[in-house]
Amino acid sequence: MPLLEIKNLSVEFPSQHGMVRAVDGVDIMLERGEVLGIVGESGSGKSVGMLALMGLVPYPGRVRADKLQFEGRDLQTLSERERRALTGKDVAMIFQEPTTSLNPSFTIGYQLAETLHVHEGMDRKAARRRVIELLEQVGIPAPESRLSAYPHQLSGGMNQRVMIAMAIACNPKLLIADEPTTALDVTIQAQILDLLLSLQRDRGMALILITHNMGVVSDTTERVAVMYAGQIMEQRPTQSLFASPQHPYTAALLAARPEASDGGRLATIPGVVPGLSDRPPGCLFGPRCIYATPLADKVRPDLRPWMDGLIRCHYPLGDPTRDERIAADGGSAPIPERETTS
Amino acid sequence: MLRFIFTRLSLVVPTFIGITLLVFVLIRLIPGDPIETMAGERGIDALRHEQLRKEYGFDQPVLVQYGLYLSRLVHGDFGRSIVTHEPVISEFGTLFPATIELSVCAILFALCLGLPAGIIAAVRRNSIFDHGVMGVSLTGYSMPIFWWGLLLILLFSVQLGWTPVSGRIAVQYFIEPVTGFLLIDALLAGDFGAFRSALSHLVLPMIVLGTVPLAVIARMTRSAMLEVLGEDYIRTARAKGLPYFRVIAIHALRNALIPVVTVIGLQVGVLFTGAILTETIFSWPGVGKWLIEGINRRDYPVLQGGTLLIGAIIMIVNLLVDVAYGLINPRIRYTR
Repeated sequence: MPLLEIKNLSVEFPSQHGMVRAVDGVDIMLERGEVLGIVGESGSGKSVGMLALMGLVPYPGRVRADKLQFEGRDLQTLSERERRALTGKDVAMIFQEPTTSLNPSFTIGYQLAETLHVHEGMDRKAARRRVIELLEQVGIPAPESRLSAYPHQLSGGMNQRVMIAMAIACNPKLLIADEPTTALDVTIQAQILDLLLSLQRDRGMALILITHNMGVVSDTTERVAVMYAGQIMEQRPTQSLFASPQHPYTAALLAARPEASDGGRLATIPGVVPGLSDRPPGCLFGPRCIYATPLADKVRPDLRPWMDGLIRCHYPLGDPTRDERIAADGGSAPIPERETTS
Repeated sequence: MLRFIFTRLSLVVPTFIGITLLVFVLIRLIPGDPIETMAGERGIDALRHEQLRKEYGFDQPVLVQYGLYLSRLVHGDFGRSIVTHEPVISEFGTLFPATIELSVCAILFALCLGLPAGIIAAVRRNSIFDHGVMGVSLTGYSMPIFWWGLLLILLFSVQLGWTPVSGRIAVQYFIEPVTGFLLIDALLAGDFGAFRSALSHLVLPMIVLGTVPLAVIARMTRSAMLEVLGEDYIRTARAKGLPYFRVIAIHALRNALIPVVTVIGLQVGVLFTGAILTETIFSWPGVGKWLIEGINRRDYPVLQGGTLLIGAIIMIVNLLVDVAYGLINPRIRYTR
């Protein structure tokens, strides 16, 4: 039984143009102790999808899924109370902005102990001991003297460590880290990532790392899901995805990395991500894809098994018959200069 | 913290000079003088008038009078009422508890209704309850106090006969003043009849005086709550799996209270202004009614002293509010 199984998850928000989908048919499977990366541009739905898993989609968003199972339990049929007992205990989440994610009016010690009190029923003394232990584990020096500190008295990196301590307080089976290093200094970024990974290894917990940084993904994850406009475009083991991307979007993303540049101008993907309300009828990446055909503009591809993972594309890059099929569907011949090697 | 309090206190002196000067000059601009008012309809002959003016020192230039007043003030002498010949400070001391009792009850009434109403309106934004609370509070805020008071008297006292029309307690009760607060004194004396009578006298003026603060507090709480509920740390609190009540009542409210406390501090001034009208409507024997009578009788020392004392109290309350502000907001406490 997988730890996490999500099938056809969608999150919708009402707008002037009717319901718009921020997350559209996302499937995720995660085994115990596995590290999954979710990458995508801003607004690709990677955060909202995970908030849906946590039951934290902001008002008035609506969450729907064919399957939303954690350890075989259907999260959609759980009562509010049962769901809360799971959230923050078995599934925990940390966020992008550590300083604003902590309550400015309460001390670090209080906010940490609160989790232990609510989920483990610990009394003050036991919670205090455990909080000091946790702060030590996340590498905060002199933890006892930090208990009475307020978030504004600590640096961003320290606050993120506090957030991590809070998240691992009840030994979660799954930790979701939503761009945990984006708001931090570059030097601190590596420290926080190392900390997350060592905690993951030591505790054998599963980790979902949401990021828009391809470099972070390649260093840390075992599997990657690439999201675009609310959909998963490609999901494959990290190594093979970086070695031979199969989706034109993944290939373009990898080509846009500074590391992939030959010292000249950085490669870019022309065009912009479609807005929530002007999604094309066919492939969502179609308008920006150099391989798009009339068929791809009309028919939205399904997420299907491909090679060692899943892909949502009519013409995967590794398909030997793709040139003929593109030509047959009325597309122009592929332009070689966009071919990417990594 | 101490430095902060000292900075605030150093502002007291110029403010007091401003208040006294303003009242001193303004009241002398009103036609007529205390001596004419004392003489009443009988009138007074010019010679006697002049003689009395000299006796009270009103013949001297205003600035000289002001200087004399200030020098007496510095020695703690607020003067005596021209009408009753009682020291202003002791009259104020006798009447002030009544105003405090009314004001405290009014602000408690406003808090007890306004805070929950604002919180629920924010949590259930765009619901019927939300629109209802906002509509009613706008009406309450816009309502002239004297008119609102008269409407309530008409309904509850005249039509329904539930509450007395005016005064502080029914005439048959006499409660020995200990604290000056009738509700407390009645309880201390163990006289529950008197307590009930005092309470029933208090209800309407309390509602009238509390209406504007209630509206302001409800609206402020709602908007502060709405802002706080969108903050990242509320998402964190929910991600921790905390019960919803705890998220709202502890994590959100603590932060939403910061602007609300500021507003409550500002309402203290509004409360005293309101008390003057409310006390006059309900014949409530407090300093508000006393000041209005002081104006009618051109009782210069009463007006000067009364205004100054009220000004002092407003300043002290505002200082306390600023201290409380630091207590609930740790980000302010440590910045100097």
